[in-house]
Amino acid sequence: MSTREFLLEVEELKVEFHTDDGIVHAVDGVSYTVKAGTTLGIVGESGSGKSVSALTTLGLTRSRRTRVSGRILFEGRDLLTLPDDELRAIRGDDIAMIFQDPLSSLHPFYKVGYQLMEAVLAHRDVSKGTARDRAIDLLELVGIPDPHRRVDAYPHEFSGGMRQRAMIAMALANEPKLLIADEPTTALDVTVQAQILALLDDLQQRLGMAVIIITHDLGVVAEIADEIAVMYAGRIVEHASTERIFATPQHPYTWGLLKSIPRLDTPRSEDLVPISGRPPSLINRPSGCHFHPRCPYVRAEHRRVDPKLQSVPGELGHEVACTLTAPVRTQIWQGLRAGQTPEELHRLVEDEAKPPVIAAAQPATDGGP
Amino acid sequence: MTSAGEPLIEVRNLVKHFPITRGVIRQKKVGAVKAVDDVSFDVISGETLGIVGETGCGKSTTARLLVRLLEPTSGEVRFEGEDILKRKGSALKSLRREMQMIFQDPYSSLNPRKTIGSIIAEPYVIHGLEKGEGDRKKRVQELMDMVGLNPEHYNRYPHEFSGGQRQRIGVARALALGPKLLVADEPVSALDVSIQAQVLNLLRRLQSELGLTVIFIAHDLSVVRHMCDRVAVMYIGKIVELAPGEALYGFPRHPYTGALLSAVPMPDPVGSRRKRELLTGDVPSPANPPSACRFHTRCPKAQEICSQDEPPLEDKGAGTVAACHYPLTREEADSRLPAALTAVEANR
Repeated sequence: MSTREFLLEVEELKVEFHTDDGIVHAVDGVSYTVKAGTTLGIVGESGSGKSVSALTTLGLTRSRRTRVSGRILFEGRDLLTLPDDELRAIRGDDIAMIFQDPLSSLHPFYKVGYQLMEAVLAHRDVSKGTARDRAIDLLELVGIPDPHRRVDAYPHEFSGGMRQRAMIAMALANEPKLLIADEPTTALDVTVQAQILALLDDLQQRLGMAVIIITHDLGVVAEIADEIAVMYAGRIVEHASTERIFATPQHPYTWGLLKSIPRLDTPRSEDLVPISGRPPSLINRPSGCHFHPRCPYVRAEHRRVDPKLQSVPGELGHEVACTLTAPVRTQIWQGLRAGQTPEELHRLVEDEAKPPVIAAAQPATDGGP
Repeated sequence: MTSAGEPLIEVRNLVKHFPITRGVIRQKKVGAVKAVDDVSFDVISGETLGIVGETGCGKSTTARLLVRLLEPTSGEVRFEGEDILKRKGSALKSLRREMQMIFQDPYSSLNPRKTIGSIIAEPYVIHGLEKGEGDRKKRVQELMDMVGLNPEHYNRYPHEFSGGQRQRIGVARALALGPKLLVADEPVSALDVSIQAQVLNLLRRLQSELGLTVIFIAHDLSVVRHMCDRVAVMYIGKIVELAPGEALYGFPRHPYTGALLSAVPMPDPVGSRRKRELLTGDVPSPANPPSACRFHTRCPKAQEICSQDEPPLEDKGAGTVAACHYPLTREEADSRLPAALTAVEANR
């Protein structure tokens, strides 16, 4: 542990579900690392594999009909090959998870305090009294008023925001080194969302946890993440620091996400640029680049060539999986920022496909199109 | 906006209380959830009016009262000058041709056992219009084309469509009767981010093409700003601020509006990591709302008077009406808004 650079290293993770309809390629060769004390944001639409990759980290996708390959190293130990009982010792202790739906993740029959105590007693050899004190401390930590009384309340007596706080308290019960938050604020109002994000930020600074936050909301990751991985159809298509993703995004899907949401700081008259089509089936994935059926900058070869995640020249730690060349991508993004439409910018893609002028001049026998 | 100034709908002192009862057989009323409590506003012909607020603030109830899916406890709703709350039976049915609704969840608002064609044609069946089989089909296919669906998919079933396409079906159905008013209750919040823009662009296009009046309800303040000419902010059953979009987002006067805007996460890592004003606690229960100004329990500017005297909704300049004894000053408003937003508004 002492000199290890990364707390979590995910290498070439693949998760396939065998269903009656065929094989669902939920996660397809994903790699990322998380350092202690930092936050990784995983962004994508429903069905992009972002939750499955997190659930697999905790062994929650283990089943007869699931095939998992690759490695998930947590402090050097491969979680994928760990026996169930050893994994159970890590789950909820060193690695904890906050689920999306706070109502269905709390047991309606048991008091909130009891459920918190359970998390402590499962991993610590302490008396029930100590565990109860810990539960009260935890409720206080996440900002639930009057924790001495609330510890004996049932989940239905809590509001949505309070339930989500209780979920966070439960995840923090054993001071995890890694916290995985799967859409922790999606079901909440903006005001409560701001409270929860501030709480996560504060707890991270105090406890030094690493956090993986999974969301579809670019606003949320901009606030809280140090690094962002954008997922599409089970793969990471772009990965960079938060600043880079927003300043110089490289993948057409990332551009689509950025330009399709209304923002408070752009003029109202500006039209949104939607991403056409819909997310692909993970059973029969599109050929070549999986994004090509929805990409406005598509060229014939993109339907055949499957781009690999590669470094962006001149930008340390920025990786993208796109067949377009870096200069063209830069030009397109600048055009989009200036308010040009993808149709207008498609010309840049066609220009790129033409052979360079000098090379074309030599055998200039036929005029071409 | 077309002929501005002409109100299509005038809402006066609208109240809806849902009774809270005890007992199983002889239900005794022990209280009431004051979902909408004395709300008044106008909707001007051709505009898009946004209603925002947190869960449980009464925005959906207000919408349902306007189209008479719920019966109000008291108050008045005038549609083109006529009090529609008095309408009954066939007069009420003919009113429904004038006002239509788009629902939040495109998965549960379409009958899974009917084809798209018959779902969109249903309004014609109910109102006995377009009786000829051929005419009806032609009209439905025109509607499908208008909302960006392939007219050849007339005989398909809802499960064959994605969320965004289903929401288009809902829009087509709402437009079938050529209504004057469209009420959209959270029309995009159930959709994936990449799909939301498709539906928002469609609604904006249709509104300007057809000259519709739209009431747009959403909890996402960025979406509301993009869509709406004027915006009403609701808090526990009351309108606390109503203003033209630019005014509301440029210079919010009610501290609650300021807090909402301050809480919106900005997809801009450089500008967004600012110190924000956070509201503490949760929205109080509408069954037992705080006295006088309902926001005083969470308000950073609250004084003693706020818990004793209810502030009236009054003119605060620039077309803004707000219900507050101590409205935000320019400096306070600026400190709550994202820096980028103040810059945009200043450049107007």
